[in-house]
Formats: sequence, structure tokens, C-alpha cells
Amino acid sequence: MSDVLTIARLGLREAVRRRVLPVVLALSVAFLVLYWLGVGVVREDAVPTGGALGPAVAEQVEPALDAATTGVLLGLASFATLFLGATLAIFLTAGAIRGDAERGLLQPLLVRPPGRLRVLAGRWLTATAVAVPYTLVLHLGATSIMRWRGGTAPDAALLSAVELSLAVGLIALLSLAASVLLSQVAGGIGAFMAVGAGLVGSLLGQIGDAIDSGGLQRAADVVAIVLPFEGLYEDVLHRLTADSREPLLSLGPFGGADPAGPAQLAWTAVWALAVAAIASHRFARQDL
Amino acid sequence: MAAGASSPPALELRGLAKTYRAGRRAALRGIDLRVGPGELVGLLGPNGAGKTTLTKIACGLVAPTAGSAHVAGAPAGTADARRATGYLAELFRFPEWLTADEVLRLHQRLARSAGGERERRERLAEVGLETSADLRVGAMSKGMQQRLGIAQALVGAPRVVLLDEPTSALDPVGRAVVRELLVALRERGVGVLLSSHLLGEVERVCDRVAIVVDGRVVADDAPRALTRPAGVELETDRGTRLVPDAGREDAPALVAAAVADGERVYGVRVRRSTLEDVYRDAVGDAGDRGVQRR
Repeated sequence: MSDVLTIARLGLREAVRRRVLPVVLALSVAFLVLYWLGVGVVREDAVPTGGALGPAVAEQVEPALDAATTGVLLGLASFATLFLGATLAIFLTAGAIRGDAERGLLQPLLVRPPGRLRVLAGRWLTATAVAVPYTLVLHLGATSIMRWRGGTAPDAALLSAVELSLAVGLIALLSLAASVLLSQVAGGIGAFMAVGAGLVGSLLGQIGDAIDSGGLQRAADVVAIVLPFEGLYEDVLHRLTADSREPLLSLGPFGGADPAGPAQLAWTAVWALAVAAIASHRFARQDL
Repeated sequence: MAAGASSPPALELRGLAKTYRAGRRAALRGIDLRVGPGELVGLLGPNGAGKTTLTKIACGLVAPTAGSAHVAGAPAGTADARRATGYLAELFRFPEWLTADEVLRLHQRLARSAGGERERRERLAEVGLETSADLRVGAMSKGMQQRLGIAQALVGAPRVVLLDEPTSALDPVGRAVVRELLVALRERGVGVLLSSHLLGEVERVCDRVAIVVDGRVVADDAPRALTRPAGVELETDRGTRLVPDAGREDAPALVAAAVADGERVYGVRVRRSTLEDVYRDAVGDAGDRGVQRR
């Protein structure tokens, strides 16, 4: 274990040296400030008042609009958090294996007793040690803003943040596995496209639900199986927007919002183990 | 010599073959090679002969297609073999933001060496970097980085050291430092496989030389045994001439004959072929791909 920590520490120092963390922190603060402003503006200006609609209509419409607005804002927070967390995870892992091997940085480490699997584990630990807590804190920050500035306290804020962090940990794993098989650029692009494909898949699923298209629904199901971090993300959206999904959010811009059952969570664990096993197997036999 | 007579070979390769899937190119075609404890073996060959592949198989970075490689009795690539191996790659890099001391500290941790600061100081002193412990890699010249790479390879008291072109970026002083270090390693009982294009360096320091051409060992012996008599050269007032078939024992008679013939003799030299001659004969046309006489 100490070997894994040594490798992880080296990766963390590399991330600090490259100023990844200050840049990400600055961008995150910018996002939170914008989110703070956005929530305030939406709450003050965008929700219609009873005077404009008349008291009877307002009594019926305002709660629904309020719930829908809250859902959109929380969906935005989740989407942005996933995007930033995934970006960080991918940047920390995309060149971790093939990229470092091509630069000649990896070989001196691999001929030492710890060997390849511990180096691989150390690289994953570097990414997760940064990206997972980052995602957790950022999402909690956004939901806290929603609580203080927006006047709405999501029921499952902590659980959602944890789940989103797990999704980012899975993306880090996928990106690291890609870095075993592909060059830095190809692996990074591939990982980003996988994240994008997950979001597109869930949107297709929503469209499939709306127009009752079995083909689109099946396509979304396949995407959720192949890329289970998307299932976690959908579960987060479901937790945060369950009160307001119909009708405004059923085709919302932030992806599907289906709950993840125990079977999907179990599959996610199996998927993670399988990806780790495939990456380890390939890395163990790779000529460097 | 530190190692006993019963110690397993520092490095033993048997029938080693490697065919890369990309391009289906055979890099090695059945290599047998042995490096004993405290033995310095030079590995020569033109570019693409398979030297780097051989070295990488020995340290577990590349898997052989056939044959076996053992380091200090353990199959190459296993944890035991890696514990016994020090390696300097031809193309390597350390993180630029680490200091020399931090690089060695990192490798001490990974090698589980208990040598502490003393070992780090000694390794740096061996390569002439004793005053550069706090210098960052990014501020070092290529030659200094190469020396640091050699120091890194020696962390953890390896039983075999695999050096792939360790002096390519070094100036003559740096090469002399490395030569002294190699001699010191021999005295410590460490086996060394030195892959190089610098024939002069190899000839000067190695106990044995293996020449690899197209993935096969075409010559493997002591430098002295690989070279052969190349005649006797006489320098007289009528000029310098070479008597190609003559040997050391013929020199007095040749001088006497020249004097009897009224020549004034200024010098007589018994000639042997050089390792470069041996190398050129061994590699033939492939030799045009890279030999440096320095």
C-alpha cells in the first residue's frame, strides 16, 4: 500500500506543479459565483408573481413553476459539477500510462519492485484523491447556494454529491484504462466522448419516453449499461428533481432522471471491477 | 568480488526471441547470454540489432516471445528480479521539478532501500554530482541527467545493472567517471550489461563483449580474444611498412634484417586488430547503421 501512496503522491505533486489545482479552483469559484448570481436572479425575477396571473391561477401555477425552476437549477448544478469533475479526472489520467511511457517517465518506476499494478493503482488514486473530493465539495457548494440563496433545501444533497463523486471516480477509472490502451490525446478525447455519449444516451432515452419509442429507450438502456456513471448521474438528477420532473423537465437539457435500482448499482460495481481488471491485464502484458 | 562462486548468474538469457506484433518484426532470434556476478559485459550492435529489446526483456519491460531471462536466479520481470535489477533506459526522463536528492529518495522508497541519506550521498558522489543534490532535474544539463540516471540505477544495491547507452550524452570527463564507476561495480560483485555504440569505451572497460546483429549474437568473448594479430609495423629511414603475416616473435628478426640491409630503424610495433575491426567484420553491411569510435 505504501508503494501505491508513493506513486499517488508523485502524481499529486505533478498536478500541483502543473498548476492544475489552482486553475481548477479558480474556475470552480467562478462557477459558484455565477451560480450564486444566477440563482438569485432566477428567484427574484423569473418566477411570476401572483399579481401578474391573478391569485387563483398563481396559486396553481406558481408551486409547479417554482419546483420546475428549482429542478432546472439543481440539474444545472449537477451537470456543471459532473462536467468539471470529469474534466479534472480525465486531465489527471489521460497521459498517466502510455503518455508517460512515451515520455520515458514511467520505465524507471516500473522496473522497481512494486511493479505495474501498484503503479496503475497509484495513478488512479492520484486522480480520485483530487477529483472525487473536488466533485463532492463543489456539488455540496452548489446545493448549499440553492439552500441559502434559492430558499430550497434539496432532500438528498449529501447523497447526491456522494453519488456524483462516485460517477467521477468511474470516469477516472475509464480514462485511466484508456490511457493504458491509447496515446494521451486519443485516450483523453475518447474519455470525453464517452462522457458525452452517456449524456446523449440519456437524452435519447428521455425522447424515447416522450414519443414512446422502444428503439430509443433500448439505446438509452444499452448506454446506461456500457457507461454506468451515466446511471449514477441520472439517479442524482432523479433525487434532486423528483418533485418537478413532469412536465417541464421531462425533456430538460441536463439528461434523463431515472432512479438507479440496486441491480444498476450492483452492475456499476461489477463494471468498475471489470474495467480495472481489463486495464490491469493489458498493462501487465504491455511492451514498454 | 562480493558474490560467492555459487551465486547464480547476475543475468542469464537462454534462447531469447522477440517478435513485435506491430509489423511482425523479429527483434531477437534466439539469444544466449550470461553475465556473471562482478562481470562487465559490453553489448554492441548496429541500430535495430535488438540491443534495447534485449535489455528491456532483462528488466521486465518487454515480454519475450520465446526463451527465458533470469536475473539473479529469478525470472525477469518478477518482483524478486526487479529487486535485483538496476536499469538506465536509453530514453528516460525524471520529473523536472524533482531535485536530484528527491529522485533518489523516490527510488529508495520504491526499491525499499534502507540506505537513507548516506546511500543517496554515495550514489551522487559516484557519478560526480555530490554538489548537485538540491539541483532540480529541469536545471540539469543532459549529461548531468544521464549521470543522475546512472545513480538512480544503483539505488538499492542491485545485483545486475543494465545500462542502455549510459554515456551517450557525457563529455570525456563524464565518461571517465562512469568508467571508474563500472570498475567499482565489478569490485562489488555487481554484474553489468553495458549496451553502447562507443567501441572504445567498451573495449577499455568490459571483461567480455557480445556483438548482436539482426537479433543474434554473432560474437561473444573477451575483447583480447576477439581481436587477432595484424602484423608487425617497421618504421625506418626508408619509410613505414607493415609486414602483415608477422607476429611478435618475428619482430627481432625483422629488425635485424632491416639493419643488415643498411636501414636505420626508428621503431617497431606489433599490431593487433581493434574491436572496431572485429565489429565491422561481424556486422558487415549492417554496421553502417551506427558505430562510433571514441
